Amino acid sequence: MEVTSPTFKQNAVNALHDAQLQKALGNVRAGFIDKRRKAADALPEFDALRDAARDIKDHTLAHLDLYLEAYEKKVTESGGHVHWAETAEDARRVVLDICRMQNARTVTKGKSMITEEIALNDFLQLAGIKAVETDLGEYIIQLRNEHPSHIIAPAVHVNKDQVEADFRRAHDYLPADRDLTEPETLLDEARRVLRAQYFEAEIGITGANFLVAETGSSVIVTNEGNGDLTQLLPRVHIVVASIEKIVPTLNDVSQILRVLARSATGQDMSVYTTLSTGPRRKGDPDGPEQYHVILLDNGRTSMLGTEFQDMLRCIRCGACMNHCPVYHAVGGHAYGWVYPGPMGAVLTPSLIGVDQGGHLPNASTFCGRCESVCPMRIPLPKMMRHWREREFERGLNPATQRYGMKIWAAFAKRPRLYNFATSMAIPVLALFGGRRKRFSALPLAGGWTKHRDLPAPERRTFMQQWRERESRKQGASA
Amino acid sequence: MSGRDAILGKLRQTLGADTNDATRREAVERRLAKPPRGIVPERGQGSDAQKVKLFCQMAEAVSASVTRVRSPERVPRVVSDYLRAKNLPASVRMGTDRRLKAMPWDKLKALDVKSGPSDGFDEVGVSHAFAGIAETGTVALLSGKDNPSTVNFLPEHHIVVVDVKDIAGDLETVLTGLRRKFGKGRMPRTLNLVTGPSRSGDIEQKIILGAHGPRALHLIVVG
Repeated sequence: MEVTSPTFKQNAVNALHDAQLQKALGNVRAGFIDKRRKAADALPEFDALRDAARDIKDHTLAHLDLYLEAYEKKVTESGGHVHWAETAEDARRVVLDICRMQNARTVTKGKSMITEEIALNDFLQLAGIKAVETDLGEYIIQLRNEHPSHIIAPAVHVNKDQVEADFRRAHDYLPADRDLTEPETLLDEARRVLRAQYFEAEIGITGANFLVAETGSSVIVTNEGNGDLTQLLPRVHIVVASIEKIVPTLNDVSQILRVLARSATGQDMSVYTTLSTGPRRKGDPDGPEQYHVILLDNGRTSMLGTEFQDMLRCIRCGACMNHCPVYHAVGGHAYGWVYPGPMGAVLTPSLIGVDQGGHLPNASTFCGRCESVCPMRIPLPKMMRHWREREFERGLNPATQRYGMKIWAAFAKRPRLYNFATSMAIPVLALFGGRRKRFSALPLAGGWTKHRDLPAPERRTFMQQWRERESRKQGASA
Repeated sequence: MSGRDAILGKLRQTLGADTNDATRREAVERRLAKPPRGIVPERGQGSDAQKVKLFCQMAEAVSASVTRVRSPERVPRVVSDYLRAKNLPASVRMGTDRRLKAMPWDKLKALDVKSGPSDGFDEVGVSHAFAGIAETGTVALLSGKDNPSTVNFLPEHHIVVVDVKDIAGDLETVLTGLRRKFGKGRMPRTLNLVTGPSRSGDIEQKIILGAHGPRALHLIVVG
């Protein structure tokens, strides 16, 4: 897909002026936060489970080579095939090879961020293979030729009247006078249309929430049931998963499941948690005849052992973006690649380079809400700060910002000069602020004053006021 | 160099695997041989009666419906009552699970019991659960020659029979039961953990039941 992260600022401006998007984003603010809160509050062990989940992933990452080997052995024992892919291109090639061997013309897909990351649909289409997204949200955005704007609610930016228009356009063989005004009727139509696809497809492709080393199982966690039909009905099931999805044992899956759905949708447990181990067994009446797993690196090994290693704990619940004021304001597409919100701001520069994704870590107020709700206790603000440092070191931010910082630093490193300069400047600014004590225009601060006034400073600097306060206190206690 | 060697090589280099391999291997083997139990919520740890009660409560909280019966002989009657109450045709699809087969289906002359995997045209599927999980109101279903997974997903209505003696407080207990049944490190091809009927919130975040899986989940708790 086309990466638009380098124009994040313009994307954000456009998003702020998009009335449809702003209406849709209200659903994020209203929906996810309360549900998560209620689910977390109802489980006294929730915070202890977050610690446990973090420790499980840290242990796994420290032994990742060994767990991957153990996992591979188990998959092979159960009759499945493991393919290792260093890059997105490698993974796409494996998928295509399997499709070619099966003479596949249609593949169904369960919802998967990793196949977005490797831009699998476009690739298959170029190869003449129809890829059908079956998750309702993914299906909607596929019809719209868009990408997910949220990692668990891909069509959160779309309003229902837009979905109606898309369905009327895409399903033009259905009666024109049918009622599609409510989400219920839209869902019913998607259900009917996609049912046929599950049976038609030769291959079903899913991602994985977990890969279990103990048993060689892949795990998907869903609510709609489309992922299960995708991996159950076609002849071949392909799992595409990045290497950090490994967990050691079934018990570890259980620990993390307890924080996953609660953090994501506020459910205690998602409707369908399915563990798949190998292909159809002897005598089985249904299930795929072949089971393939593609283990994808695509930049993960380069994050290991760096200050961004903690990001590999991420279980893609979406809580960080659900609680992010920047995401609430601009939505997911402004981030310009696959992963939006705070997790995207950390992951995008890691996976596609800081020269492309360097703006994203700046899209943060450092309010810390993402870290406070992250089930895996990933220090997202800290890692965004690391990216800002790297961006600065490599001279990637604009010259005005760099010189501005340098001038400020020159003062800040010399306290006497700093105090002198501010004590001179502040009263002048206060004077110009006038009786309103506000500026509606100011040189070099147009970006701020275009949308709101800048408050004028008090007549004395913070340091002056602090000194006076301290001496008053001392006077009082003496 | 193959992708496998490249990925594992890079991991070993970063993780410093050469110097402390024995310790690392031991840590991994120990964990795989004896999976730590972890933190198990207090909520499911009551008496057997409390577990069953919690199971039913949690299942109803996620929009499943529940009927309790004393013995397996009563199950066909409950199924037929369900069909009538929902105005459904007198036909069900089920696998050849011996626990289901042992029930007196032939006493219901009008009921058509179809055997084998679902073809996608069934209104109602009936399965027998391997276990119930009280903490979340979940049923655990295993695939196998007598238990087609399609019955769990394709029909509009899914009826699941759960024996009270199989209702555990927590998921870990069920996982231990699986290890006992299939052997260490082995699994059935598919384990479905089902918590309520299928749903989607993808249009304006409004939750609607009946996405791609069953629109309704009815649990028959036996015992």
